[in-house]
Amino acid sequence: MSSTKETKILTFKIKRFNPVVDDKPYWDTYELECDDGTTVLIAIQELIAKQDGSIAMRYNCRAGVCGSCAVLVNNKYALACETLVLQLNKNVIKLEPLPSYPVIKDLVVDMSQFYEKLLAIEPYLKRDHSKDPETEILQSPEDFHIIEEATKCILCGACHSSCVSVWTDTNYLGPGALLKAFRFTNDTRDEDRRERLKRVTSEDGVYRCHTAFNCVEACPKELNPTEAIQTLKRQSAKQTLKFWSRS
Amino acid sequence: MIKRHSVIVVGSGLAGMRAAVAARESGADVGVISICMPVRSHSVAAQGGINAPLGNNPESKDDSVDRHAFDTVKGSDYLADQPAVIKLISLAKETIYELEHWGCPFSRSEDGRIGQRPFGGAGYPRTCFAADRTGHSVLHVAWERSVRLGVPVYEDRLVVKLTVKNKKVQGIIVLNFITGELEMWECDAVIFAIGGAGQIYGATSNALNCTGFGIAVSAWAGISMKDMEFIQFHPTCLYGNNVLISEAARGEGGYLRNNKGERFMEKYAPEQMELAPRDIVARSIYQEVLEGRGYGPKENGYVHLDLTHLPESQILERLPQIRELALRFSGQDMVKDPIPVQPGYHYTMGGIHVNENCASEEVEGFYACGEGTCVSVHGANRLGGNSLLECAVFGKVAGVEAAKYAKEATPSPDAKFTLFEALHEQEQEIDFWYSGEGKSDPFKIMEEMRNTMKFNVFVYREEESLKIALDKIRELKQQFNDGVYLKSKVRQYNRELEWVFALKGMLDESEAICMGALARKECRGGHWRLDHLKRDDANFLKHSLVSFADGEPKLSYQDVIITKWQPQERKY
Repeated sequence: MSSTKETKILTFKIKRFNPVVDDKPYWDTYELECDDGTTVLIAIQELIAKQDGSIAMRYNCRAGVCGSCAVLVNNKYALACETLVLQLNKNVIKLEPLPSYPVIKDLVVDMSQFYEKLLAIEPYLKRDHSKDPETEILQSPEDFHIIEEATKCILCGACHSSCVSVWTDTNYLGPGALLKAFRFTNDTRDEDRRERLKRVTSEDGVYRCHTAFNCVEACPKELNPTEAIQTLKRQSAKQTLKFWSRS
Repeated sequence: MIKRHSVIVVGSGLAGMRAAVAARESGADVGVISICMPVRSHSVAAQGGINAPLGNNPESKDDSVDRHAFDTVKGSDYLADQPAVIKLISLAKETIYELEHWGCPFSRSEDGRIGQRPFGGAGYPRTCFAADRTGHSVLHVAWERSVRLGVPVYEDRLVVKLTVKNKKVQGIIVLNFITGELEMWECDAVIFAIGGAGQIYGATSNALNCTGFGIAVSAWAGISMKDMEFIQFHPTCLYGNNVLISEAARGEGGYLRNNKGERFMEKYAPEQMELAPRDIVARSIYQEVLEGRGYGPKENGYVHLDLTHLPESQILERLPQIRELALRFSGQDMVKDPIPVQPGYHYTMGGIHVNENCASEEVEGFYACGEGTCVSVHGANRLGGNSLLECAVFGKVAGVEAAKYAKEATPSPDAKFTLFEALHEQEQEIDFWYSGEGKSDPFKIMEEMRNTMKFNVFVYREEESLKIALDKIRELKQQFNDGVYLKSKVRQYNRELEWVFALKGMLDESEAICMGALARKECRGGHWRLDHLKRDDANFLKHSLVSFADGEPKLSYQDVIITKWQPQERKY
C-alpha cells in the first residue's frame, strides 16, 4: 500500500531520436528518485518537468485504457502508465519506442501502418439500418460474451509492432486489425459476415499468421489476438467448405 | 498556407466525434482537430455508464423522461437550466439506441436488452453499461461511425488561438506537435469539444490532456466561462494516484466504511446511503476523515470501499477493470479486501458559456459541447451517468446546429488576414518562451497553482482561504506574464511547450474558479462554503459568468431558467 513510502533512485535509459536533426538514435541517461507509486509515465512526466523538456512521448489517461503510452520497458511491451517502476526490481529502466513503426521522436512513433490495416477491415457494424427496430437490437448475454473480450482492445498497437509476420510482410493485416475483424464478424447484429470472412482470408489476411504468439505476449490487456485469428480461419473454412456446416 | 473545412471540430472525445458525425450527416464539410487519435481521448476512461429512461431493468418499469429530468434538476441543486435538461433527457433514449445500432457493445440483460444498473441520485436503475468500460465502448463506436463516414481527423495538434473578428469566428491557430510549427485553419463554424480541466488540481481522475485549455482559448476570444466554481469531486478516486473507481462499484452494492467499520453514509443520507449524489458522498467522506474516522493523514486521508460481501462472479463480470486498477495501484483485491478511496477532482460542471443549441451568443459561428462546456444541464452537481449522455446528445446538437449555420454563412473577406495576424502574434509568444529570456520555470508555477487550488478551493471552502487562493493565482499569473522559459530548444514534439500553453490557460481558469467561489456566498451542490452554510436562492439562483473579453476578468450573473420544478430543499 502506498502509505509505506519506500523510495529509491533509479536510472532511466531512454532511446532518443529526432529524425529531423539526428543521423541515428542514441541513449540518454537520467536519475530519478522513485517511490512505490511511481509509474514509468509519472517518471517521464517528472523528467520532462525537472530535467529534460525535450523527451517526447504520447500519454493521456493514466489508467491503462487510452492506449497512448505503449512502449518497450526493459525490452518488454508495456503501457507506461500501468508499469510501477519499483516492481520491475531493476536499477536501470530502459525505455524504447515500439519497434517496427517509424519513429517521430524518441518514444513517439508513427502508427499509420497499423491504423491503415484497421481501416481496411472496415471497423464498423454493417447492417441495413432501414430495418432497425425503434429500440435496441436484441442480443443475448451469451452472444455479447462472444465478442466481449475483443471489444476490450484499446488499439495501443503493441501487437502489430510485435508480430513477426508484420515484420516480413507489411501488407499483412496484423493481429490488431484481425482482432477487430473478429469482433465485427461475430457480432450478431452485423450483416456483413460473409464478406468480412472473405476479406480476412485474402492473401494478406489470417493465413499469414504463423502462431508465434508474440501478440499475446505483447498485449497489455492480456487479450488473445492469435486465438481470434484461428477462429476466423476456422469460420472462413467452414463458410468455404459448405458441407462442413451442413453436418 | 491556410487549410480549410466549413466546420472544424476541436477535440475527439465522445462529444467531438458525435458532433463531427452529426455535421457530416447534415452534409457539412467537417474535419476534426485533436491532440490525439480519437480513441485516446478521455471519454475512453468513463467507466460506469450512460443514463436513459429505457425501463429495461425490472425495477425501472415506471421510469420516464420526467423522472430522469427531475432527478437531474434536483441533483444539480436547482442550478441547471430546466429546458436544457428536458432537451437532454428527451433525446436520451434515441441517442442510446442510435449508439447501439451503430454497434456499441452494451452489456445485456437476460432478455437481450441493454443492461441497466442503479447509480447515485437516481430514482430508478437507468444507467446503461458495458461492464465498467462504457466510455471506452461508446467512444470507440463514435470513432467507428466517423470512419464509416470518412470524417478526417488531424491528430497531434493543439488549438492555441481562436480568431474572431466583428464577433464572428474566422478560424483557428493550431500547434502541430510533429513539426513544431503553427498552422492556420479557416472555417465557417467551429465546435469546441475540449474536455474537462482536472489537471488544474493535479489530484484528479482526469487524463493528462484534461487541462480545460479550450475553455481559456475561447475566453480569450470573447466567450465567457460559466459556473467555473462548480467542480465535482468524485467520492471514490483511488487513494494515491486518484485513478477513478467507478460509482458502479456502489451501484453494484458496494459499501463505504470508516476506520471503525461503520457504514457512515447512514448519518448523511439515510435513504440513499452510498447512492446519494456525488457531492454529498464526497463531503461525507471528507467529514469522516476530518473527524478522525478515516485512514491516513487528515490532509490526505481516505476511507474504505468495501465490496467483499458481493459474489466474486459479479465483480469479475461487471467491474473487471476497476478491480484490476485497484489491484495494480493499491495492491488490494476488492474481491477479498476493501480498497482505499478519497475524493478527487473528477468533473468540470462549468465551462464554455453556450445556450441549449450549443451556440455562443457572444461570438457567431462558435459552438461547444461536452464536459468543457456549460449548457447548463448539470448545474451545481452532475449525476453519475449523465456526462456520457450529455456528450452524445449535445455533441449531436452541436454538429447539426453548426452545419446548419455553416451552410448559410457568408465567408469573411478578411479571414485570411486575421489568421495571418494571429499566427504572427502567436509565433512571437512561442519564440519568446524558446528564447530563454523569461525568468520563471513554468513547472514550478504549475506546482504552486495546483497546491493553491488543492488546499484552498477543495470540497470545503471559506472566504479566507478563497482570498488567499485568488491572490496567489493572480501572483502566479503575473509571474507567468513576466516571462517563463522552456528548458529545451527542440521544436519537434515538445511536450514542455504544450504544458506551457496549458498552464497559461489553467491560470485563467483557476482565476475564474476562485472569483466565482469567493463571490458565491452560499452552499449549492459541489460548492460548499463553511462560512455560509445555506443555499441562498434569493441571491444565488443564477449562473456566474467570467468574461476575459477585455483582458481583465469580469464577473457577472445570468438567471437560471426554471420552468417546471421550483427549488426545494435537497434531501436524500
